[in-house]
Amino acid sequence: MEFIVVLLVFMVIGALIAAETRDLLSAVIAVGAVGFIVSLAFLFLKAPDIAITQVVVEVLTLVVLVRATLRNDITTVEGMRGKIGLAFSLVVIVLITLAAYPFFKELTSFGAPLLSQGKSVSGFFLKEGLRRTGAANVTTSILLDFRMYDTIGEATILFASLLGALAILRRPSHKKRGAKDKEERIK
Amino acid sequence: MSEKEGLSIIVKVVTRWIVGFVLLFGLYIVIFGHLTPGGGFPGGVVIAGTFVLLTLAFGKDTPLRKLNSTLASELDSTGAIIFLGIALLGLYFGSFFAENFLTKLPSSYFKLFSAGVIPWANLAIGLKVGASIFMVFIILSVTRVVGLPSGEKKMTRKPTGRRK
Repeated sequence: MEFIVVLLVFMVIGALIAAETRDLLSAVIAVGAVGFIVSLAFLFLKAPDIAITQVVVEVLTLVVLVRATLRNDITTVEGMRGKIGLAFSLVVIVLITLAAYPFFKELTSFGAPLLSQGKSVSGFFLKEGLRRTGAANVTTSILLDFRMYDTIGEATILFASLLGALAILRRPSHKKRGAKDKEERIK
Repeated sequence: MSEKEGLSIIVKVVTRWIVGFVLLFGLYIVIFGHLTPGGGFPGGVVIAGTFVLLTLAFGKDTPLRKLNSTLASELDSTGAIIFLGIALLGLYFGSFFAENFLTKLPSSYFKLFSAGVIPWANLAIGLKVGASIFMVFIILSVTRVVGLPSGEKKMTRKPTGRRK
């Protein structure tokens, strides 16, 4: 329990560094540190499936972000945020925390299931997962048997993201090509 | 494999040693996804990660020589079709869409061939995720979002239309 608090404190510190630092590369590395601490937290909370996914996706995203940040022609933000804006942000954070405090009191203790364990659907998955699907890994039995329709939706999202990346990123190269052709024609 | 492209010789040698093990680990995560932590998605990302490692170390031509971009997009579509086909076979052999229609005997618990269609669906998802994330990274590196500006880079496919 205390270990997870330490991880949470480090996560908050990393997120603040990522938001406040001037250098883009430092911000990217701070985001990566936050991601790795998230995966450690998942591992500590006995969710190794999500920890593996988190660490793998984090590495891939970090590589892409670092390589994209290492270019020279990236605009950096200069100047200081005004003190009035900072004070306003702090006031808003305090107000939201105060407004949300009654709801925090209603939450169950950390890690306890939100619904009662015997009758809830998560208890059903834990009890009947092996018998109904034959998969020893309960997470996979939920993903690919009880909730396979959702997984199909996720695969569709990945497909659409690939199409979107193609559609968005192909355009500048077309434009450059066209501009070059125009220059050649003028010459 | 030109000497100038990519990172230093140390990175290249270490990459050449390590990349097979990383690929094997990804395949393990995919195949044993219904028994141990893992599954199609993380395993597919690890498999794509090997190609990302090759891209970073050797430049973008080496992984493209190992896995053509058209072949990658075909593998992507094949994985999606296999996954949808498994779901539709549940409708045909069972009673509803995406049903686990294969028999699940208690004697097969904790063995590799257990859990009905789940390992096959894991394989399909691994194929799909690996190929499509490889494609995303190749697209990013071809369109120069990722990668240092080093010399002339060519598009792998010639643009059709809009050109006179």
